[in-house]
Amino acid sequence: MASATLLKSSFLPKKGEWGTTRQAAGPKPVTVSMVVHASAYADELVQTAKTISSPGRGIIAMDESNATIGKRLASIGLENTEANRQAYRTVLVRTPGLGQYISGAILFEETLYQSTVDGEKIVDVLVDQGIVPGIKVDKGLVPLAGSNNESWCQGLDGLASREAAYYQAGARFAKWRTVVSIPTGPSELAVKEAAWGLARYAAISQENGLVPIVEPEILLDGDHGIKRTFEVAQKVWAETFYYLAQNNVLFEGILLKPSMVTPGADCKEKATPEQIAHYTLKLLHRRVPPAVPGILFLSGGQSEVEATLNLNAMNQSPNPWHVSFSYARALQNSCLKTWAGRPENVKAAQNALLLRAKANSLAQLGKYSSDGEDAAAREGMYVKNYSY
Amino acid sequence: MATVKLSSPATGLLAGGRTRRSAPARRATVIRAAAGSYADELVSTAKSVASPGRGILAIDESNATCGKRLSSIGLDNTEANRQAYRQLLLTTAGLGEYISGAILFEETLYQSTTDGKKFVDCLKDQNIMPGIKVDKGLVPLPGSNNESWCQGLDGLASRCAEYYKQGARFAKWRTVVSIPCGPSALAVKEAAWGLARYAAIAQDNGLVPIVEPEILLDGDHGIDRTLEVAEKVWSEVFFYLAQNNVLFEGILLKPSMVTPGAEHKEKASPETIAKYTLTMLRRRVPPAVPGIMFLSGGQSEVEATLNLNAMNQSPNPWHVSFSYARALQNSVLKTWQGRPENMEAAQKALLVRAKANSLAQLGRYTGEGESDDAKKGMFQKGYTY
Repeated sequence: MASATLLKSSFLPKKGEWGTTRQAAGPKPVTVSMVVHASAYADELVQTAKTISSPGRGIIAMDESNATIGKRLASIGLENTEANRQAYRTVLVRTPGLGQYISGAILFEETLYQSTVDGEKIVDVLVDQGIVPGIKVDKGLVPLAGSNNESWCQGLDGLASREAAYYQAGARFAKWRTVVSIPTGPSELAVKEAAWGLARYAAISQENGLVPIVEPEILLDGDHGIKRTFEVAQKVWAETFYYLAQNNVLFEGILLKPSMVTPGADCKEKATPEQIAHYTLKLLHRRVPPAVPGILFLSGGQSEVEATLNLNAMNQSPNPWHVSFSYARALQNSCLKTWAGRPENVKAAQNALLLRAKANSLAQLGKYSSDGEDAAAREGMYVKNYSY
Repeated sequence: MATVKLSSPATGLLAGGRTRRSAPARRATVIRAAAGSYADELVSTAKSVASPGRGILAIDESNATCGKRLSSIGLDNTEANRQAYRQLLLTTAGLGEYISGAILFEETLYQSTTDGKKFVDCLKDQNIMPGIKVDKGLVPLPGSNNESWCQGLDGLASRCAEYYKQGARFAKWRTVVSIPCGPSALAVKEAAWGLARYAAIAQDNGLVPIVEPEILLDGDHGIDRTLEVAEKVWSEVFFYLAQNNVLFEGILLKPSMVTPGAEHKEKASPETIAKYTLTMLRRRVPPAVPGIMFLSGGQSEVEATLNLNAMNQSPNPWHVSFSYARALQNSVLKTWQGRPENMEAAQKALLVRAKANSLAQLGRYTGEGESDDAKKGMFQKGYTY
């Protein structure tokens, strides 16, 4: 009878189902075999990342947009012309012996295709110096709709073909800088967008032969203490690694460019290099799997000496990853001021660059001492609401 | 007269990428780490369990499962027999040289030897941390592809608090993921989220959580597929652990090694298993985690030891060790046969296996003198733990 059948087929679980891991009866599961597509460049990416992460070396970031480099040139009384930009970059890349301390140089697009003033392709000069050429691939920060006046980093459109072309031109790593602001939250949305954008960029980069530098800069702006920075950094990096994994990024073929964990620029309490090292290393230990070969810190407004001292403090005992620098202002400031646009100052300027490069090289090895550093090198370079 | 500057959307656009300074007044939210007041103790407990040359003895078989072990040597599943068997194990002299922690079933946590000495005290005297299984077992996961989920969050906080009072210092929660069934995104998410919630609650109550998402050996998939699934599972686990503000320095992991499925045509050597497993760990486990204690999941006693040994041929950023049940107990059980006159020999057998795995943790195991019995696989299809 129908009703008896209805009573029998109840929605209560059958006794045999409790406590067992699998049901023998039931529809046969359809297995989807998913082949995870590894980049054709996998081996090269791993090799490049390892090379950049070599002991005693770090990155010189010279990828200032034309607008930003214009500010640098203006500060020494020079006009923002292509010739001047070329002249300045020539000073940097022709520094003799730079490759002893510098393993990679991040370029702006114009520079990737430029030659030195004496007609040699800048990428070739770098390669001869033992320095891997890198390229900024993002298209800058714009306001993030629906957020608390925060920003997002654009650049995914056409990224694949852009990077394929950069690879042809000799670039072997890429850089994408997004930001997170503590005074404005950060909102969940801003963090998620930053992390997801980085993960998508990283996957596309690897697909096209470029090692992605993953850079979510937590801005120095604000009056928050170091514990708050630490909290935000943990959140940002947890999300970043989660999305990197979801995008099947090869961890052995990426580099990180974090900001150090410090108090906000307007915080009453300053932190010592040891405190900064303590919090920053704790963050890295909690968030960075050892497969990642190198972590190259940004200087973000610290003085040249601060940036070196802090890096040195982080290298007082062995780390599971190469912990180094990717500095722009903290490497270039003295060099720029010494050059002042005059040919007769080039040698002195290059020496100034070597001085800073060597100092940071020693810091990477944990062997730096700040005795003998001059006052100019100790001057902070923090600019409120700094537009990169 | 004060002029009021009106902010318009247009201003925001023109400002480009700069962050604006006029932020609404923010209440500073203080995030309390899950560990709370137990943070220091959790860290030192985890360190102690993760000490060089030592690993975990898992003896947390439920009464039902313990019954299967006892019946395999012709014994009834009585409390007295369970007590006798656990007593044999936990009073083995010198066990603490190779064993840093013992996972107990609830009954055992409250039991004593026949002389009246609490088991937890026997362990503490040997510098072995007492641990406790806190999950409530696997049940079918609705909406999945015949997969399971692990229950146990209800009342977990008070359960853990009680166990801490009784002397437990770490907890264990085992969930499973099945490759032949997918695994579905749902099953992985549920497994990872459950583990993260349990871990936070355990730390809040003084217990170091062992995080165990077992990827079952069942299936005919190759080792590459296992690696893929393991990477997915651990990525999700760590993300949720972070979201739950779990203190990474105060947890331990209990993964399955990365191997081919049990029915896969090609067997993998210890070196291959080590290579794949270490690759997975390096890609997913931050160095803050002090210890990774592998489950044996059906491997033979010798296989489990060989594989662990292969993983310790060079320094790792975390303690890489064992948390074995069958792979430590099998020979013991067979030697004992339930007879008091065999107790000494059975305890010796336990020490032999414990020492072998201790050597494997140090990367110095040679496999000389192992019996044939120790080499027998213990995989059971559809194994119900």
